[in-house]
Amino acid sequence: MTATPTTQATDQTLHAALSARTRPPRPSALAASITFTWRALLKLKHVPEQLIDVVGLPIIFTLGFTYLFGGALAGSTRQYLQFLLPGTLVMTVVLVTTYSGVTLNTDLTKGVSDRFRSLPIWRPAPILGALLGDTGRYLLAATIVIALGLALGFRPGGGVVGVGAAVALLLGFAFGLSWIWTTLGLVLRAPSAVSNLSLLVLFPLTLASNIFVDPQTMPGWLQAFIDVNPISHLVTAARGLMAGTATAAQVGWVLAASALVTAIFAPLTMHLYRNK
Amino acid sequence: MASQSALAVEASGLVKAFGKTKAVDGVDLAVPPGMVYGVLGPNGAGKTTIIRMLATLLRPDAGHARVLGHDVVAEADAVRGRVALTGQYASVDEDLTGGENLVLLGRLLGLPRSQARTRAGELLDAFGLAEAAGRLVNTYSGGMRRRLDITASIIVIPELLFLDEPTTGLDPRSRNQVWELVRTLAASGTTVLLTTQYLEEADQLADRIAVIDHGSLIAEGTPGQLKASVGAGALQVRLRDPDQRIQAEQVLSQTLGVPMHLESDPAALSARVADPDRVALALAELSHAGVAVTQFALGQPSLDEVFLALTGHPTQPDTATEEDAA
Repeated sequence: MTATPTTQATDQTLHAALSARTRPPRPSALAASITFTWRALLKLKHVPEQLIDVVGLPIIFTLGFTYLFGGALAGSTRQYLQFLLPGTLVMTVVLVTTYSGVTLNTDLTKGVSDRFRSLPIWRPAPILGALLGDTGRYLLAATIVIALGLALGFRPGGGVVGVGAAVALLLGFAFGLSWIWTTLGLVLRAPSAVSNLSLLVLFPLTLASNIFVDPQTMPGWLQAFIDVNPISHLVTAARGLMAGTATAAQVGWVLAASALVTAIFAPLTMHLYRNK
Repeated sequence: MASQSALAVEASGLVKAFGKTKAVDGVDLAVPPGMVYGVLGPNGAGKTTIIRMLATLLRPDAGHARVLGHDVVAEADAVRGRVALTGQYASVDEDLTGGENLVLLGRLLGLPRSQARTRAGELLDAFGLAEAAGRLVNTYSGGMRRRLDITASIIVIPELLFLDEPTTGLDPRSRNQVWELVRTLAASGTTVLLTTQYLEEADQLADRIAVIDHGSLIAEGTPGQLKASVGAGALQVRLRDPDQRIQAEQVLSQTLGVPMHLESDPAALSARVADPDRVALALAELSHAGVAVTQFALGQPSLDEVFLALTGHPTQPDTATEEDAA
């Protein structure tokens, strides 16, 4: 590429390129984070297959559960959908969050993370930026579930505002939950370990919840677990918002839980990241 | 700030252990500004760990280091604002294009979007990467990747550039390109601290060399000083007719008073010469005995010999395996 005849020209451009010595002011914390979000979105652009889970899971869950259980549990699929859809929405987005820990773990094994850590930028920017990008993925998954639901006959009583509020609440919860996975991503040594462990935590939480059926028919000990399961509270609040019947306590509980998880695991993630 | 003009890197008693292994065990370094400084050592000697501590990626277990006048622990952020690091493994994002990598880093360094784009284009042109700018880095050859990697470190030209094994695994042409780049950068005023396991590379590029083995500094000086510390020069002789090697060996060892070493090349011999005055005499004796030579050269000892003399063991062959535990 740099053959001999062009050497002189190359030398000139090289010297020109090396003469710029003014250092721009550092980017703000927000600007640096958004740059990392841009990086995450660029990667999706180059390898759109990465979106297969955010597109596939919502379709499989929504269609699968509606038609598998609908007839048996509620007499008709259309009736069951009114109950199930907010639950499928929660389940889909919650499962998709595990990706954030896997991404971080993979990123740290690459040389580029050393470069990021040697830059004079706000320390949390690489992780926060990636999580903001992930929130875009969650939003995509949520949109697919809701669009599919509407096509199948889901008619939320809360209208556009109710559905929007439910999605916003869910994204807030997912953002908080993601910090648990980034913490795991920094503690565990292989990406596969991160995804396995996070799924191991999430499966019992999503299955032993009020996503599929009303827990009133379940044994007492299981009801006790479901009552403290944060996923159940999230589903209850999302159902309430979509139906237009949510109480402040239901929504407040989820907001408080999301804030608490973020307050614990975001600083923990940053502490581990700094000392990696 | 007063010491900023004194030394680019000033480290004393640096220690870093991973578990029970002391990767770096009490290293002192003094790197004057504006030069290419080589940290030379075999695989696993602790070179990468030293660089990672100086670039604020690892916190030393003991000892202190100041980079461009700022403490690497207490003023890590000030250090980061003045240096750039090109790690041993590609420190660019392989899932982005070359151009995107440079724009991304330009933005992170604080350039507005349009300026980041202009600067990326300028650098890609200068480094012969313009045609590959739109391709994903994971399709690049090793040499292109390395050039992009170094390019990414000079979007904003740092006062000090860390290069961790910049040419490991490169073919000779790519290696020469990287060398040229380092020389040009140094000539433009950037201090370069590079690690290498190649003696030739340190000799070619570095103004001063620190030799590291098992986490400790075992020698420091200019390439010439290091060679001189071994004491003698090396005589290299190559004969026109390999059949005359036995005869040449007798004549030379007698005249020089030292044993001759028979090289793997059947026409070549070498010796460590204690007294350079005898070398001229030896050439005359060879000619007198009717032995024709195609090469007869007295040079400084190679850094290979220096390393052997300093450590008591030779450098490893070119097994480009993993560096430190870091």
